Amino acid sequence: MLITTLSFPEQLVLTLAALILLTSFIMLAQVRLDSLINTFAMQGLLLFCTTVLMAVISGEYHLLISAALTLFLKVFFIPIRLRRLVIDLDVRREVEVLGNPFLIMLFGTGLVLFSYYVALPIRALSLLATRNTIAISLAVVLIGMLIVISRRKAVTQVVGFMSMENGLFFAALVSTNGMPMVVELGIAFDVLVAAILFGVFFFHIRTEIGSLDTDRLNRLTEVEK
Amino acid sequence: MDANMSLTIAQSAIVLSFLSATVPLLFHRQPHFLVRISFLLLGLSGLASAWAGATALLTNHAEQIILPISLPWLHIFLRIDPLSGFFFFIVGFVTCTAACYGPSYIREHIGGTHPIGTLTLFTGLFVGGMLLVLLAADAFSFMIAWEIMSVASYFLVAYQHDKAENRSAAFLYLLMAVVGGAFILLAYGVLAGFSDSFSFASMATAQLSPAWATIAFLLAFIGFGMKAGIVPLHVWLPQAHPVAPSHISALMSGVMLKVAIYGFIRFVYDLLGVMHWQWGVLVLLVGAVSAVFGVLYALMQHDLKRLLAYHSVENIGIIYIGLGISMIFHATDHMEVAALALIAALYHCLNHALFKSLLFFGAGAVLQQSHQHDMEKMGGLIKKMPVTAVCFLVGCISISALPPFNGFVSEWLTYQAALQGPILRSGILGAMLPVASAMLALTGALATACFVKVYGVVFLGLPRSSQAAEAQETSFGMQFAQVVLALCCLIFGILPTWTVSAINVIAENLIGTGLAKAAGDGWLWLAPIGKQTASYGALAILVGLLASWLIVYFFLHPLRRDNRIRIGPAWDCGFGPLTPRMQYTASAFAMPIRRIFSYVWFIDEKIEPGHHGKGPRYFLKIHDWVWLVIYIPIGKLILHLAKRASLLQGGNLRVYLSYSFFTLLFLLWVIV
Amino acid sequence: MTGWIFALLQTFCVVLFAPFMAGWVKWLKCKLQNRQGPPPWQPYRDLLRLSRKQVVLAESASPIFRVAPYIVFSVTVVAASIVPVFSVQIPTAALADVIVLVGFLALTRFFLSLAGMDVGTAFGGMGSSREVTISSLAEPALLMAFFTLAMNASSTNLSTVISHLAQSQFVLYPSLIFSAMGFILVALAETGRIPIDNPATHLELTMIHEAMILEYSGRHLALMEWAAMLKLTLYAVLIANFIVPWGVAMTLEPGAIAFGVYSIICKLLVLGYCLAIAETVQAKMRLFRAPHFLGLAFILSLLGMMSHIVLEVR
Repeated sequence: MLITTLSFPEQLVLTLAALILLTSFIMLAQVRLDSLINTFAMQGLLLFCTTVLMAVISGEYHLLISAALTLFLKVFFIPIRLRRLVIDLDVRREVEVLGNPFLIMLFGTGLVLFSYYVALPIRALSLLATRNTIAISLAVVLIGMLIVISRRKAVTQVVGFMSMENGLFFAALVSTNGMPMVVELGIAFDVLVAAILFGVFFFHIRTEIGSLDTDRLNRLTEVEK
Repeated sequence: MDANMSLTIAQSAIVLSFLSATVPLLFHRQPHFLVRISFLLLGLSGLASAWAGATALLTNHAEQIILPISLPWLHIFLRIDPLSGFFFFIVGFVTCTAACYGPSYIREHIGGTHPIGTLTLFTGLFVGGMLLVLLAADAFSFMIAWEIMSVASYFLVAYQHDKAENRSAAFLYLLMAVVGGAFILLAYGVLAGFSDSFSFASMATAQLSPAWATIAFLLAFIGFGMKAGIVPLHVWLPQAHPVAPSHISALMSGVMLKVAIYGFIRFVYDLLGVMHWQWGVLVLLVGAVSAVFGVLYALMQHDLKRLLAYHSVENIGIIYIGLGISMIFHATDHMEVAALALIAALYHCLNHALFKSLLFFGAGAVLQQSHQHDMEKMGGLIKKMPVTAVCFLVGCISISALPPFNGFVSEWLTYQAALQGPILRSGILGAMLPVASAMLALTGALATACFVKVYGVVFLGLPRSSQAAEAQETSFGMQFAQVVLALCCLIFGILPTWTVSAINVIAENLIGTGLAKAAGDGWLWLAPIGKQTASYGALAILVGLLASWLIVYFFLHPLRRDNRIRIGPAWDCGFGPLTPRMQYTASAFAMPIRRIFSYVWFIDEKIEPGHHGKGPRYFLKIHDWVWLVIYIPIGKLILHLAKRASLLQGGNLRVYLSYSFFTLLFLLWVIV
Repeated sequence: MTGWIFALLQTFCVVLFAPFMAGWVKWLKCKLQNRQGPPPWQPYRDLLRLSRKQVVLAESASPIFRVAPYIVFSVTVVAASIVPVFSVQIPTAALADVIVLVGFLALTRFFLSLAGMDVGTAFGGMGSSREVTISSLAEPALLMAFFTLAMNASSTNLSTVISHLAQSQFVLYPSLIFSAMGFILVALAETGRIPIDNPATHLELTMIHEAMILEYSGRHLALMEWAAMLKLTLYAVLIANFIVPWGVAMTLEPGAIAFGVYSIICKLLVLGYCLAIAETVQAKMRLFRAPHFLGLAFILSLLGMMSHIVLEVR
């Protein structure tokens, strides 16, 4: 729908969607670990605002509970845990060198265009005013995956995985006005458990191979060279 | 202008250029006279072809004849129409200026180790071959003319064959020209298979299935692309251009690459007929990559002619971007915008021929006077060679696409075509066009950076070597050629509407419609889509610039009488006199860009510490990434296969006889 | 005919106002740093004083060095004449559109960089090298931001774009928000303000723009400085009229023009205040962090363009 035909809160949702995509790109380009976690918290905050707006627009007030859950988990709890983990693992000062930043950015742009192309038939079926943002949410998921595969530090990969889940939540939000509460809670607890388990695993990886560089995990191979 | 004479004049141009190749050989005992006769005939040939081409273009005249020579079932068709007329004009005009430039330039080769007759012979053959390619209207004569052009230019590139690197550069050039020719032959073969004869007229009416059309397109794209110099098929360009004499480099870079573009346009728009948007996307992507790649590599060069060769790669990329946009809009049935993009690409062909030849002529003048190839040994030449410096400045401004010169107009038209992206129904294609234009913007800005470096290091500052300090202005012929080209750069920059409406005829012939508002709102405004959308009043801008300059000058002029200008030493921070070695070198100038884009090149950088009283030495070598990653492995693979195949040559007589024996047995079995 | 006279008057006013804009920013910065500072009209005094002083030319300077200030200044003045400042009804806007404006600024940069290389000292070369690096990274972001605007307004003519933005109802366009952010970052880089370049520095090794004009004196220096102030004013006018276009006169009636003058002066003063705050809270970045800054600008502009295609059309 042409943006001029939407009401003001709906236009605000589109703007917030674009800002969420911006945070994804910033995470893709971010080299320092603490700024990365802050950007992730910012993405969670934007997601919270979007959920509240969608609750107001569509009148489905159960979305406010999802919003509160998002705020608690993704803006406060997980970033605080990740920050504590980073301090405990003593990787706070480490800076990761990206292979080829220009190409990675171009590839991210290509992913946005690709998700637009893929989301075209879905968009034709949806009746919501915010159906254009389905492509944005798919792009956030794909860029989260790109973060996981283009980085070597394990903590960065975890943040990428979390942002994939952000994208999924956003996709459900804009296409169907939120998931059923049961599914919502299930996914949220999965993510929570994953975050806690990751912390435990990182300590083990570190003692086993001496660093958190996931490329060095191939030392654990059993094949004789 | 009599339109009907244009084909006759075109043919006489070809004859004149072949004469310029052969007639002077009669005078091989008087080399000075030989040179004069040859360049005179070449200049006449250039004039004739420029005249014929302009006539055909401006009067929208198309004519075809069949030559009675050749085999009975393989006639030679020659045809002139606005498209070939346009390129005829480009070839003729640049040849004419090269003929003014040539005599003084090659004076130093007379009496040298290589006979001067070779140079003039092959120059004439080269120009004649190019003109014949443009006139050819059947595949057979096209290929013959193409091979004449390639082989003649090989001999020109190999002219100074006493140095090993020149020989290998020439060999690489010949190899890629022949391989490219083979691809083109195959492409014509595919088309000829679907039509009843080899003539272009019958190929244009052939009906191909989409699969075969794509195969023909890809073969032609690779074949013509090898000659045009798109990435990754460009590796011969930076090796061959520095080696040839400068007026030949100007002809090769300014004109021969355009002939390849002509072949590509003729093949895709005229002969293939149907268009698919996927082809357009491929052309657009390859063009964008070539443009950025070419300019980034050019920034790192400090051999002047090699740098200009890489810039040719960049500009061919820009032309391909225009062609790609045109093909995308053509395939999705937006014919007017396709015409606009095609006009932008053709305008850039003309502009590039003009300013690249100007730059090569200037580089040749500088090389001749300072006897240096390396920019790092030049400097301060503006005071010794003022005319060359001003013309070179015009060339630098034009190639950086800055108003009010001609390079800007074709880039403006390309941007306007790309901005029509939203009318495409597919959002993806509509998004790809602005991203490609962002790449074009990056190229333009990096080209400006490169030419600030070139002009600043070569002409400004202090001389960095004694030969540069002793340079003098060149002869009248060389200056005249450069001034003419510089004036043309200005004229085609301030009269864009006239040029666009002239080129519009070609678009009408090839696509079906031209720009409805090609003439705009009068000759002052260039408004190809409509005055509301975008317009550019070039002449008015030039007048405005000059007026404001004059006003400021006269406003400050009365103050001049009060205080003279005082000449003093430059600011040296109190450390004492500055030497030329303290200036920025070309490598230093490009260093920030080299660090930022460091993953694009293979950089070999080392610092040798000083010893035995000598200071430390710094080495920097930039390797072409495409060469190392694609060509060297292919070369190794071929050598490997050749070694395996050489096992067939055992040297044993009985083995050879047994080959004949077993072949005989096989043939008897097959026939029976 | 009245349109042309108005355009000339408008250009004249902008050129005369430019030193005040630079002085205003400097005065505010001094106030924010708790200093007395020169009054906002000090640049006028400086320009007058410089134009009366004797010109000292280096021995190795060439004609390019003498000609460059005139070219830089006159091209910037012509660029100022095509931007709608008080009213959109200026016929000069049809002479050159947004792409030509970028071309003009590139032309000034070309001659400025050549002048830096001219004298044959290391400082000039350093300034030129850094300047062309930064501008080559800034130009894609700038053009992408302009293209997003042009796609929104379906035209590259500056008058058409501004009147389209002013006359459409208030809609929250994500594409315009992002391209505006990208444009502001590029404007900071191109006008040579903190965090890319410090306009008040005296250390040669930290200079970019100042290093290129280091050798200039007298009236040549006055022209170069005025051109830099004019460029700052131009970018400020563009930001003001693109982001907050309401207030620009749509016609040539005296009442509308008076309101247009009043609104643009208010907008420019507010923008000067924002610039002063931004320059005070940030420090200058080291040179090799500038690509990150400009990369961010490019991402913002690119996102603006993609938001337009994905979210706003159809």
